[in-house]
Amino acid sequence: MLEIVSQMTLVTLGVALLIAFVRLVKGPTLPDRIVAMDLFGMLVVGLIVVLAGSSGVRATLDAAIVIALIGFLGTIAYATYVERGDPQ
Amino acid sequence: MMDIVTAIVWLTGSAFALLAAIGVLRMPDVFTRMQASTKASTLGLACLLIGAAVQLGDFASFIRVASIGAFVLLTTPVSGHVIARASYFAGVPLCEGTVLDERRDARWAPQNDEPGVGVRGPM
Repeated sequence: MLEIVSQMTLVTLGVALLIAFVRLVKGPTLPDRIVAMDLFGMLVVGLIVVLAGSSGVRATLDAAIVIALIGFLGTIAYATYVERGDPQ
Repeated sequence: MMDIVTAIVWLTGSAFALLAAIGVLRMPDVFTRMQASTKASTLGLACLLIGAAVQLGDFASFIRVASIGAFVLLTTPVSGHVIARASYFAGVPLCEGTVLDERRDARWAPQNDEPGVGVRGPM
């Protein structure tokens, strides 16, 4: 049963990634794209956690930790760029 | 038993993640999109983490999952606040149905170089 449930979860997370990608392509302004990239990071962490839980490979949780940290730092860096970074 | 708990929690978490993505696609404004993204994806990721911790059932993996959860719970409001502040002061337009915008005068004021006065406010 758990294989079917984990595959359904992975498919749902993949659909969520596709929808966030639509916003990343369409987004009228740069902060929309930053929000989409932040959501990308969260969804990828969720994907890795579900893969680790369903397959039993515990080493991939470290990759999830690293991706969460890098996503947060990237969001902060992009926000700093938006706030002070148009040279006029 | 553990499989049933894991299945319920994973399906709930993926549904909340999908709702976060739909909110990011459908909301009319960058601020409402940021709100949908941060809140719903935090709840969904917390559910997925609980399911993985129940399924693995190991102390080391529980510590890692709990550290991911604590990190996400601490950093997501900070990143949402920073994105909203940056986009507000960068002049991103609000949506048309916005009722109240309390810092509108300070937002569209002319740029001033004196400290403490200006569009950015105290850093």
